[in-house]
Amino acid sequence: MANIKPYLVKFQSIIVLLILSMVLTILSDKFFTLENGWNIARQISINVCISVGMTLVILTKGIDLSVGSLLAFSGAIAAGLLKFGLEFPVSNTFIGFTVFGAIIAALMVGGVFGVFNGLMITKFKVPPFVATLAMLTIARGATMLWTGGFPITGLGNNFAFIGTGWFLGMPMPVWITLVVVVFTIVLTKKTKFGRHIYAIGGNESAARLSGININKIKIWVYAIAGTLAAVGGVILTSRLDSAQPNAGMGYELDSIAAVVIGGTSLSGGRGSIVGTVQGALIIGVLNSGLVLLNVSPFWQQIIKGLVILIAVIMDRLNNPNN
Amino acid sequence: MEQQDILFQAKNITKKFGGVTALNQVNLNVHTGKVNVIVGENGAGKSTLMKILSGVYPDYEGELILNGELVSFSNPKDAMQKGIAIMHQELNLIPHLSITENIFLGRELQNSFGLLDSKTMYSQTKELLVRLGCGLNPSTLVSKLRVGEQQLVEIAKALLEEAKVVIMDEPTSAISDAEVEVLFNIIKSLKAQNVSVLYISHKLDELFLIADRFIGLRDGKTVGTIENVEATTKNDLIRLMVGRDIKNKYQKDVVDFGKEVLRVENINLPNVNNKEFNILKDISFSLKKGEVLGFFGLMGAGRTELLETIFGLHPKVMTGQIYIDEQEVKINAVSDAIKQGLGLVPEDRKEDGLVLQMEICKNTSMAAVDTVIKNGFLNKKLEADLSKKYIQSLKIKTPSENQLSKNLSGGNQQKVVLAKWLATKPKVLFLDEPTRGIDVNAKNEIYHLINKLAKEGLGIVVVSSELPEIMAISDRILVLSQSKISGEFCQKTATEEVIMQAATL
Repeated sequence: MANIKPYLVKFQSIIVLLILSMVLTILSDKFFTLENGWNIARQISINVCISVGMTLVILTKGIDLSVGSLLAFSGAIAAGLLKFGLEFPVSNTFIGFTVFGAIIAALMVGGVFGVFNGLMITKFKVPPFVATLAMLTIARGATMLWTGGFPITGLGNNFAFIGTGWFLGMPMPVWITLVVVVFTIVLTKKTKFGRHIYAIGGNESAARLSGININKIKIWVYAIAGTLAAVGGVILTSRLDSAQPNAGMGYELDSIAAVVIGGTSLSGGRGSIVGTVQGALIIGVLNSGLVLLNVSPFWQQIIKGLVILIAVIMDRLNNPNN
Repeated sequence: MEQQDILFQAKNITKKFGGVTALNQVNLNVHTGKVNVIVGENGAGKSTLMKILSGVYPDYEGELILNGELVSFSNPKDAMQKGIAIMHQELNLIPHLSITENIFLGRELQNSFGLLDSKTMYSQTKELLVRLGCGLNPSTLVSKLRVGEQQLVEIAKALLEEAKVVIMDEPTSAISDAEVEVLFNIIKSLKAQNVSVLYISHKLDELFLIADRFIGLRDGKTVGTIENVEATTKNDLIRLMVGRDIKNKYQKDVVDFGKEVLRVENINLPNVNNKEFNILKDISFSLKKGEVLGFFGLMGAGRTELLETIFGLHPKVMTGQIYIDEQEVKINAVSDAIKQGLGLVPEDRKEDGLVLQMEICKNTSMAAVDTVIKNGFLNKKLEADLSKKYIQSLKIKTPSENQLSKNLSGGNQQKVVLAKWLATKPKVLFLDEPTRGIDVNAKNEIYHLINKLAKEGLGIVVVSSELPEIMAISDRILVLSQSKISGEFCQKTATEEVIMQAATL
């Protein structure tokens, strides 16, 4: 037994996922189908994009509460630019946007707001919780201003392709998420930047004394989190063919849940993107299964909460010193 | 020794951390009303043993027997209620609470309304403090107390619980001589009240003032006890610790110096909070290749700040010039310092030196990540080779380079920090208290390493608060006192007396 334990610990998320899937397969004949598989993958893709950014933030011992609002704002930016373009009443100029242009603009907005988060946290020493809580409100307000409080709909087939189309037998959102995940895995495990993220979360003081530019890394991390929230915003807007001013509310909590279930430590320096993807999968599979089993949505929330607790307790048991 | 004299007994205690055996079948007897002193090198397992005896680590193999009965402690509070109190190396007081509040923490007295009975707690605290011969006001916030006074509060806490055994882990490491005297008087009065003391210290000389018996711990095993203190010498203790006669005289090899590698001129560091007072005042010195320059000074003289300032940690407030290889350089950040060939091994390796939960190899490459990057990506093999090289040359004791740094002993952790800086191929190495908290053998190893690096042409600046150490390893000694350089001695002219005189100017 002694030899198996480390592996059990290492693959606990996958084991949980397998058991969960087996149970659901037995309980519902609709669960283990290709169609349902793509459904789950599509549904979790937005959460995975956000959670991957959240993982980077949490690895540095931070938190980003603003991702849900940034998702809404950047989605609204993409929709608004695409549909109405940009008008400057003073100089009486008008700029129209292609699908590509609108998406790039949305991602840039997400990134810039993330940089703002990072600047508040590093230069002005605002605790991440507070800085991003403020941004949660600011970005939501900005979304309301930009949309006037109404959804922006009718965005055209080209834009809808991103959220609803298929490419080489796989839904587009899943492709996008796959790219994001592979990119960030390489980023965290194979690059200097990734190494610095872990070092900062593990011991900021030692990292500073090793010549690591803490502020620069942190600002980048929040910028990436903001950009990835915008990726989620674009996917969601495209899927619904509509930018809702209330989109993404509470998404920050779902993504923190995925990160935590995936075994990343909220005290920084320990965790992985792969773990987060597994965490998001567990939430997604659970959601899908509970829906198929006609469990009341109220119970679904309670169960999700319990899963978060169990995940953290197991983590504590496996790493008693942390 | 008769059975009833043994108050507290540890039998065959074994404790492992992730495959590393910290304690191996340790046996220990604590005699009633005696000062039982544990001696051993760092990494011998003293602190681990104390943590087991005081309930910090509830899981271990073996038995604890208190007053003839088998006991186990689920946590420190449980141990305290059963009569075992510990005074940690790091004090466990809450700074924003008063002395009274700290002493009664977790066992507050309540009146019949269920409200705090502050009056009684105050007067009982006062009584305890008087019993310890100190006139502190019980309402004083702990944050306002000096370290020695905080220790008194810890002891008062133990007395309130009527502790039978008080464990003291390195209690004199951070207090002044006068406070040591106070502490020793208190230990004597504890003895008179039939309380047993279990005492750990590295300062062998002071042990003879209080010890009734010695217990030697080495490599996680008990290696012997000495009951007859009168007939014991310091060398006996050292032999008990290391198990062989060590020639404690470290002999530095003579190194031919090369060209000047570092020169600083008029370094000033103002105190941001108090404009009147400078942390560093007009510091100038130069260092040649192959030279070991020692800085000695008392606490607060500005030793650590000097290294930090040159190393780019206070770029906005410092003034002065830094020359590397006779070229003036601007160091505005640590990364600049590293680029210029400086390295700093900080005073506190756990807080500032290492990422403890990271592997040795990742810590080794941390300040020189660029050297293990191939085609834009981190290269596992290059990284492993780099750290293997230093594991070998610095003799780091570890099963592999993938061991987590937190599983290493203090001396080996210090070597990993050293490896991290050597990996940057520095021209000048700053060592801030390089042997703090590591054992005699590891100290000697570090001294030889310093010597070896100097021979290889590195310029080395060492800060140390241990006079014999600084005298043994330095070619030249600069003394800091009240923010200024107050004396310069070469190895031949330096004596403990003249250095101490300069340090207290």
